[in-house]
Amino acid sequence: MDDLYREVIIEHYKNPSYRGKLDPHDISFADNNPLCGDHIQVDLRVGEDGVVSEARFDGHGCAISQASADLLMESIIGKPIEEVKQLNKQDVLDLLGIDLGPVRLKCALLSLKVLKAGVYGLGEASDSLVE
Amino acid sequence: MTLNIEQIRKDFPILERETKLGTRVVYLDSTATSQKPLAVIEAMNAFYRCSNANIHRGVHTLAEEATAMYEGARERIAKFINAASPRQVIYTRNTTESINLVAYSWARANLKAGDLVILTEMEHHSNLVPWHMLQAERGIELEFIPVTEDGLLDLDMYRTLLTRGPKLVSFTHMSNVLGTINPAAEIIRLAHEAGAVTLVDAAQSVPHLPVDVQALDADFLAFSAHKMCGPTGIGALYGKAELLEAMPPFLGGGDMIREVKLRSFRPNSLPHKFEAGTPAIAEAVGFGVAVGYLSQLGMDAVAAHEREITEYALERLEEIPGVKVFGPSADRKGGVAAFTLAGVHPHDVAQILDQDGIAIRAGHHCAQPLHEKFNISATSRASFYIYSTTDEVDLLVNGIYKVKEMFG
Ligand SMILES: Cc1ncc(COP(=O)(O)O)c(C=O)c1O
Repeated sequence: MDDLYREVIIEHYKNPSYRGKLDPHDISFADNNPLCGDHIQVDLRVGEDGVVSEARFDGHGCAISQASADLLMESIIGKPIEEVKQLNKQDVLDLLGIDLGPVRLKCALLSLKVLKAGVYGLGEASDSLVE
Repeated sequence: MTLNIEQIRKDFPILERETKLGTRVVYLDSTATSQKPLAVIEAMNAFYRCSNANIHRGVHTLAEEATAMYEGARERIAKFINAASPRQVIYTRNTTESINLVAYSWARANLKAGDLVILTEMEHHSNLVPWHMLQAERGIELEFIPVTEDGLLDLDMYRTLLTRGPKLVSFTHMSNVLGTINPAAEIIRLAHEAGAVTLVDAAQSVPHLPVDVQALDADFLAFSAHKMCGPTGIGALYGKAELLEAMPPFLGGGDMIREVKLRSFRPNSLPHKFEAGTPAIAEAVGFGVAVGYLSQLGMDAVAAHEREITEYALERLEEIPGVKVFGPSADRKGGVAAFTLAGVHPHDVAQILDQDGIAIRAGHHCAQPLHEKFNISATSRASFYIYSTTDEVDLLVNGIYKVKEMFG
């Protein structure tokens, strides 16, 4: 079977480690993928030193969008928020370890879009954040 | 008469296309757009090779020929839906544009703030957004006939809404998600008794069922060629002559005028009044051949085949643990099976099936409010047409079992 559905991805989809909400949190943002209605919320706690101490995602969607959210949360804990701001499309693809067509790319990048809109304090998560 | 599916499949070159696995593509997405028979492809090709010219504008042989072909197609389309006259069939780009034509021309001339338009909860976005836009502009009111748990329109609620004196009832003849075939003649009769004008979104019914606009007594009826064996880029709006005559033009420009002065114009007669600019001529020719192709099969036979295959598909799908099919039973629906598979997102279902060369659609199918009603964000949708076979349904079912295994 195609490695689009590598076991890692199905594993992160079925048993995510970072699913949930943080209360209290320092940053929280949510958005949808209008194409398929996938929904992702990201909550972060950021220490005095500007480092992400906790990260959680919540929502629903396909295996690609949910697994990439879980992997993304895992990867940003312990990172300075300034570094999180620099994350891009390739970073997410590297985490997933797969190549994606244009439609599924949107699924994969939803969590990054939401995360970046949150850390930049923007009103909405635009595609330009992840190009 | 029953369809000879094997013979029909030979008419569709794309069904020969091989997948990465060397198998034939299993196309179960005809609700989004149908495939095209060779006759349509060749007619459009021949038009460009032999007869291409602009229409209504020249006296040379090619222009005469192109005009005759364009208008001949209109006649065939009119006959196909039993319109009293081809003048009542207006070419548009698609169903969406047909509905927008009514919203811009008829509705803006006839509706004012506070006027009620009745829609349904199962509409495609193309029969929602034009009315949202008019609501924002004009302050019209919108009400919706509710959809019941089994995917039918709640006609008692409809009767109650009618007591509020709506000006327009605009509804889909067949849902592109639930497959529900709505009782259009009854909905129209009740609307007329309440003094309302009716618009039928027939994007899914004209391709799949015999539709007779006079028997329905529809005031307006919209459909697209691309869902009925024809090309993209062309559709039609049928309207009652007295309504169309009284409506202001939609787009302004060439062809839609009788006379133009520097500071004024007089619009052309029907149907040209609504066809500004050079239209999709080759597409009209293809549209005409498409309705010819379907007429030759017979729409009763088309509907019977789809009923049969839908019955089989529902039976097979419902036996898969975790699968939930939306909409009414096979006797009340067209060839559509929208379903969810427990624990797996529709996108994943569609993508994994695609790896086996099975094309289905996943998403909200331009009917977001309907999905919200059923508390889901998306469904997977398999849909059937004249070339669909029970073998293809079996491949779909096997594919779903494979998805279940992967996500086990
Ligand atoms: C019920 C229904 N209405 C309207 C449309 C819009 O058709 P088109 O995109 O051809 O304008 C569709 C097609 O997707 C449909 O299924």
